[in-house]
Amino acid sequence: MMTANDPTQPVPGTYLFDGKMAKKGYGLNKMCYSFNEQSARDEFNKDPDAYCAKFGLTEAQIKAIHERDIIGLLQQGGSIYYVAKFAGLLKLNMQDIGAIQTGMSLDEFKAMLVKRGSGEE
Amino acid sequence: MANIIGAVTTSHIPAIANAMANKAEETPYWKPFFDGYPPVRKWLNEKKPDVIVLFYNDHGLEFFIDKKPTFAIGVADEYHNSDEGWGIATIPPVTGESELSWHIANSLVEDGFDMTICQEMKVDHGLTVPLSLMWPGNDYGHVKVIPVCINCEQHPMPQPKRCYALGQAIGKAIESFDSEMTVAIFGTGGLSHQLDGEAAGTLNRQFDLECMDKLVECPEELTTYSNLDLVKIGGAQTVELNMWIAMRGVLRGKVTELHRNYHAPISNTGAGLLLLEHEMPK
Repeated sequence: MMTANDPTQPVPGTYLFDGKMAKKGYGLNKMCYSFNEQSARDEFNKDPDAYCAKFGLTEAQIKAIHERDIIGLLQQGGSIYYVAKFAGLLKLNMQDIGAIQTGMSLDEFKAMLVKRGSGEE
Repeated sequence: MANIIGAVTTSHIPAIANAMANKAEETPYWKPFFDGYPPVRKWLNEKKPDVIVLFYNDHGLEFFIDKKPTFAIGVADEYHNSDEGWGIATIPPVTGESELSWHIANSLVEDGFDMTICQEMKVDHGLTVPLSLMWPGNDYGHVKVIPVCINCEQHPMPQPKRCYALGQAIGKAIESFDSEMTVAIFGTGGLSHQLDGEAAGTLNRQFDLECMDKLVECPEELTTYSNLDLVKIGGAQTVELNMWIAMRGVLRGKVTELHRNYHAPISNTGAGLLLLEHEMPK
């Protein structure tokens, strides 16, 4: 499902990661940055809530983490480069995330990319 | 003076590293992409540049948003790759060229580019994937690499015209280095793609092809875009074109395209490859 885009963002369907978002998402992105380390990934997996608390995530951010809601994470100030590390922890790659965000199946998302890549769309 | 012998552009996405690790180069999905590379590998093996100045962006390995440099340059003797959190195999250490790096850093700051100067710098797939692509089997130990990192992750990002000027200033710095060494320039990343938001999966083949043409013939035209233009035309991560534009700024005089490949999609990205030589004005 397409969700309403943030009216403060100038490009439809796009969340520009600027100063405002970097401030809003600081704790969330810091937690995701920590996932570069295997020990951090293990610690998160053992007790996600305790790990989120350690980085001071807001309720909305914790909810989005629980629901694996990628768009929600972006709206809460997540940067795709750090959210991708959370997705990696869930064993999701960039195309999986693309499908989740666009509300398509993985095959539909891939087919769309092939069409656009060949210049058909 | 050190001699700039040419330049290469390439994509650097993690999926390429995984494809190489899984030996998937000959599969129907990957073949049109990997088939582009042998001529560039041949050129590198024949010309044997001593140093590669490599423009890339850090995707959250070395730099976090606590401190985010707009432009950073490595001045180390060695750089290490590390776990990025999503399963890409790490690769052996990359050799640096400290003396030329410091010379470039001094010259850039003198010229008004306020670089972050790094004696330690973990390098991520933005830098390592191009090396693995050019020297399969990670056989790049003989080449010295100078990493130049451009912020493409957090707005405000340096604009195309500034990145082009950075390339020009780096070219000037290399040419003023008292050495007979040969240098090749790598511009990595791009082209059109968008990873985040409901517009994820944005690709613009026509724009990518135009960019490749302009990069050879009339790079100044690319500097008229703003980063927001690039986001609108090709998707949020099309800003990585800035690393190609910076590369092109280093070249002078008549530029000749020796080889080109374009294939899309590779994962979510339009993947372009160029091999360029230039004729230095006397």
